[in-house]
Amino acid sequence: MSIIIDRVNYIYSKDTAYEINALKDINLVIPDGQFIGLIGHTGSGKSTLVQHLNGLLKATSGKIYMNGEDIYDPSYSMKRLRSKVGLVFQYPEHQLFEVDVFKDVCYGPLNLGASEKEAQLRAFEALKRVGLNEEYYYQSPFELSGGQKRRAAIAGVLAMKPEVLILDEPTAGLDPQGRDEILEQIRKLHEENHMTIILVSHSMEDIAKYVERIIVMNQGEVLFDNAPKEVFRHYKELEKVGLAAPQVTYIMNRLLKKGLPVNPSVTTVEEAKTEILKALR
Amino acid sequence: MSFLRSSKLVYEYIRRDEEGNVENIIKALDEIDLDVKAGDFIAILGHNGSGKSTLAKHLNAILTPTEGTLWVDGMDTKDDSRVWDIRQRTGMVFQNPDNQIIGTVVEEDVGFGPENLGIPTDEIWERVEESLRAVGMLQYRNHSPNKLSGGQKQRVAIAGVVAMHPKCIVLDEPTAMLDPNGRKEVIRTIRALNEVEDVTAILITHYMEEVIYADKVIVMDRGKIAMQGTPREIFSRVEELKELRLDVPQATLLAYELKKEGIPLEDGILTIDELVEQICQL
Amino acid sequence: MIRDITIGQYYPVDSIIHRLDPRVKLVGTVAFVISLFMFRRISGYLIASIFLFTVIQVSKVPIKFMIKGLKAIFLLLMITVIFNLFLTPGEPIIQIWKLVITKEGLKTAIFMAIRLVYLIMGSSIMTLTTTPNQLTDGLERLLKPFNKIKVPVHEIAMMMSIALRFIPILLEETDKIMKAQMARGADFESGNLMKKAKSLVPLLVPLFISAFRRANDLAMAMEARCYRGGEGRTKMKPLVYKRMDYIAYAVMCFYFILLFTAGKLMGA
Repeated sequence: MSIIIDRVNYIYSKDTAYEINALKDINLVIPDGQFIGLIGHTGSGKSTLVQHLNGLLKATSGKIYMNGEDIYDPSYSMKRLRSKVGLVFQYPEHQLFEVDVFKDVCYGPLNLGASEKEAQLRAFEALKRVGLNEEYYYQSPFELSGGQKRRAAIAGVLAMKPEVLILDEPTAGLDPQGRDEILEQIRKLHEENHMTIILVSHSMEDIAKYVERIIVMNQGEVLFDNAPKEVFRHYKELEKVGLAAPQVTYIMNRLLKKGLPVNPSVTTVEEAKTEILKALR
Repeated sequence: MSFLRSSKLVYEYIRRDEEGNVENIIKALDEIDLDVKAGDFIAILGHNGSGKSTLAKHLNAILTPTEGTLWVDGMDTKDDSRVWDIRQRTGMVFQNPDNQIIGTVVEEDVGFGPENLGIPTDEIWERVEESLRAVGMLQYRNHSPNKLSGGQKQRVAIAGVVAMHPKCIVLDEPTAMLDPNGRKEVIRTIRALNEVEDVTAILITHYMEEVIYADKVIVMDRGKIAMQGTPREIFSRVEELKELRLDVPQATLLAYELKKEGIPLEDGILTIDELVEQICQL
Repeated sequence: MIRDITIGQYYPVDSIIHRLDPRVKLVGTVAFVISLFMFRRISGYLIASIFLFTVIQVSKVPIKFMIKGLKAIFLLLMITVIFNLFLTPGEPIIQIWKLVITKEGLKTAIFMAIRLVYLIMGSSIMTLTTTPNQLTDGLERLLKPFNKIKVPVHEIAMMMSIALRFIPILLEETDKIMKAQMARGADFESGNLMKKAKSLVPLLVPLFISAFRRANDLAMAMEARCYRGGEGRTKMKPLVYKRMDYIAYAVMCFYFILLFTAGKLMGA
């Protein structure tokens, strides 16, 4: 499912003293099946942008096209849009409410008008895909650990069979291993189902390993939109807007400056190791 | 002189079913021996559920040991008559900034602790001003906490504790809900308090980058102390850390990987600077 | 939409009204509200209007903030107006089908509307110029005599100030939960009453769980900061009447005298 965002503006609390121009003339094309990292510090407009993609916020001006269809056309069904573009919010606690995990995951499909049986089938499949152990299916979602809650929440959205999956800070509050496990699971979803995935985060290090494209937002504008290597090349500009490239980017740039012939545009520890070894030997 | 000391501290959570029968007992802390000197900066690491938050709540007598003893500044935390002295001496900062700010204006929140201690009005004002200055939030004294960023809120929470003139501040994952900028602000504030005001700081976290400035790092796992030592000692044990569900900063990891390939680097490299310097000297 | 409720939203500017003792503002607000129901003549409305708008001017709070607060009571206002308009017996002026608008009805409707609007505006001035903490401090001090008959005045005041602090946070959270559930296809608007009530479950459950969690955290944070009830507590901002406060009381008295004499004069 391809998404075209065409000159989208969004103004919070329009015509009041608190007016904030949260999105300024955003133009983006998101082709089918990409794995994208959307990065920016708090208040950069990244959360506002993703809420536009499934119609939770309506642009003050500009258009959004899903597979060529204008989502602001009166005949375009918001319900359909929300089933196509799944959005998982930062805190799973904001969406889990049922007596057990399985019922909770059924909530989305039932809202879309699926039959009881169909909803259960989808819930079962979704829970399998997020790798939640079966012993938790009939437990209260409130008794799960942070990582498991996150999985249950993602399953709740996956059960709606979206073609685009957007995750807002899916690793917030998790410990390092919990974080790696969730990211690994998301990568699998991307590879196995060829889903378009947008990962919203403020950590470059976390997503550098996974995504093929990084969109950096700052003060409601797109600052960079490119492959990770290209984006990290601008590490000095990133710093100015309160973001940082992964530590390895700094290490490689410093080594290059000191005269060691390394390629500074690596993004992971593994690549950095190979580069340094090559240069030293 | 040791400020905090515990011997064989055990804490058990008892889970009950709906009829109130005991379902199971979870040993959240298992024979912890702790010794923290006044003025130290201690970092406690551990994955979620390792018992580090339970330990933190003991230091302020919010929880008391099931078995064993914990002394705070010489006072046994099980002694009910000293609870308020203990709480004045070890302040707590919690994870969620919204859930610990009581005042609707920054300065009123900072004044809340001294008010509870029965400090005279004039002195409260002095303390509020000096605490807000110490965390760099003085210019926000008349703001509403709701309008501040996460990092700023946590600094206000820290000021609220500092105004009680504690000897020790315990911070229970103060950066877990913050973005990178907020995290930096908070860590900088803690370091300044520790270095300038000589306050004992105990930082509980699972971000490894935050512990490199600590005098001592304690790693917890399943209610026990799994490792302890200087950051350098801890970070040279990369494999063990990974087993404990933790990770190390990229600079440390890269140095470790290079070393495995036979590059002669020192153990436990902590920062980018160290790594770059050592590679260049080869 | 939720953000439009002005109650509990302090407007931070410096003005004489802002600096007044909260007790003066509390007593003043109650007195003003009572005064609204004491007169029936135009002269009374005129004096009340002059008084109210002067206070608003002095408070430096933009008038549009008060008008925003009125949106919350719009429905109540409409109901009151309609009831008074159609159900007051008297001399008919317009008749639409079976509904009769009388002269008396029109008059009462207008006056009732003005009273309601003034009531809200009057109390908004208090909340816009007084921090919730000052307000609860003021209440605590004014109600202190009730402590003798075992009313937990300090605890009530503390509960109020905490509630005021958490209302905006919980409203924001409600907004987030609604969005999270809407992203899962929830529909909070359509359907009959039964269906609407049922659709609120996915909103209320997470909200209550979060509120309890916050309450728990907050209680712990307060204990950690040595909170142990009102006993032995000092105040960072103790309430002391200053010259301006006595002047304000005098102005209030003057307003009442003016109301009475105007009433008497016009009556005679």
